[in-house]
Amino acid sequence: MQIHISPNDGVPIYQQIVNQIKYLVASGRLAAGEELPAIRVLAERLIVNPNTVARAYRELETAGIVEKRRTAGTYVSDQGSPLARRERLKILTERIDLLLAEARHMDIAIEDVAKLVQQRHSTMQTIRNEE
Amino acid sequence: MQEPFPSSAPPIVDIRRVTRQFGNKTALDDLSLSVPRGGVFGLIGGNGAGKTTLIKHILGMLKAQSGTVRVFGLDPVQNPVGTLGRIGYLSEDRDLPNWMRVGELMRYTQAFFPNWDDAYSEELRQAFDLDGQARIKNLSRGQRARAGLLIALAHRPELLVLDEPSSGLDPVVRRDILGAIIRTIADEGRTVLFSSHLLDEVERVADRVAIIHQGRILLTAPMDEIKDTHRRITLRFGQSLDNPPSLVGTLSFAGQGAEWTYICSGESSQLRRAAEAIGATVVGDDAMTLDEIFVSRISN
Repeated sequence: MQIHISPNDGVPIYQQIVNQIKYLVASGRLAAGEELPAIRVLAERLIVNPNTVARAYRELETAGIVEKRRTAGTYVSDQGSPLARRERLKILTERIDLLLAEARHMDIAIEDVAKLVQQRHSTMQTIRNEE
Repeated sequence: MQEPFPSSAPPIVDIRRVTRQFGNKTALDDLSLSVPRGGVFGLIGGNGAGKTTLIKHILGMLKAQSGTVRVFGLDPVQNPVGTLGRIGYLSEDRDLPNWMRVGELMRYTQAFFPNWDDAYSEELRQAFDLDGQARIKNLSRGQRARAGLLIALAHRPELLVLDEPSSGLDPVVRRDILGAIIRTIADEGRTVLFSSHLLDEVERVADRVAIIHQGRILLTAPMDEIKDTHRRITLRFGQSLDNPPSLVGTLSFAGQGAEWTYICSGESSQLRRAAEAIGATVVGDDAMTLDEIFVSRISN
């Protein structure tokens, strides 16, 4: 499980862990039933306070992304996959919001943004076909 | 680690109204601070803020001129045996006996600590890649720090005190030190107090933070609370302003024309409501790093 903490962007560290695990689950790199590292192990690996990891795991548990099993241990829950699409859309929505804000600052109309997205899609399709 | 934080146990360090003067310079100014048991407590402050002086009081190396210092409920000056034997300490200048070999340093230090764990000290020596035959005076700066850390940890102290442990060290050694801090508190009930001016490190490992400035504690709170209650809010006003209206909890502001950025203490929703009440549009609302929070508090 690959997680990268950057203390310089202002996002609380537990939130960075939550976001990245959600992303790993949504993108299928963490499968349903897979075990997450123990709190202490992940804390030592990321060099963050164990309470921070514990808080992130609690949030993920509340969100239904992971579950604790009787034999101590945290696993990606089976409901991981139905949630995944919603999570994927949520991640995209955040990116789109940033894009729209930027477009507004640059005074570019939504129609032009949509056109540009379509255009980029075609370009990438062409590149992919050529490969 | 599973204990709710802060724990309900009495504080491990309790400092009440301590003042310390060196000549006519006031190093600690009627300072009170309580460090709860369990977790990592980060003491942050600029050069000369009083961090080292405060730590020396905790270790009984300085006697309070007024006020009281209690560690494990005891006065460290009156009762050094009951306190120092339970504290692991690494100083900023890492003064170790230069003439000794690493193995000799380990045996020598062992004599002072009844709880010294031989197997653990050997494990640390190997993990830190320290040669038992090497002379302290020939160690590199990083290896010297590791040797200092080894003797601070090997008696499994209830309280680990680190004064600027990372200063002047490369990232690999810094990682060892931070890793040791995390392993120390992952063992039930143990406490780490460390001072640092590398605030990204403090942000990663501390549960609780105190900002010390000019011998006083400006702010002490759990890290999460500090992060949640400091925001950088950018507002746009209907017209150009020479001086923007004040917003509750403002620590500082900067800007020009119709757009002004406020550094505020308060929760996001509450600050947004306050901004709307003065007729402004919120165009930016960001969390701040500990570094930014520290600077805004100090310059206030």
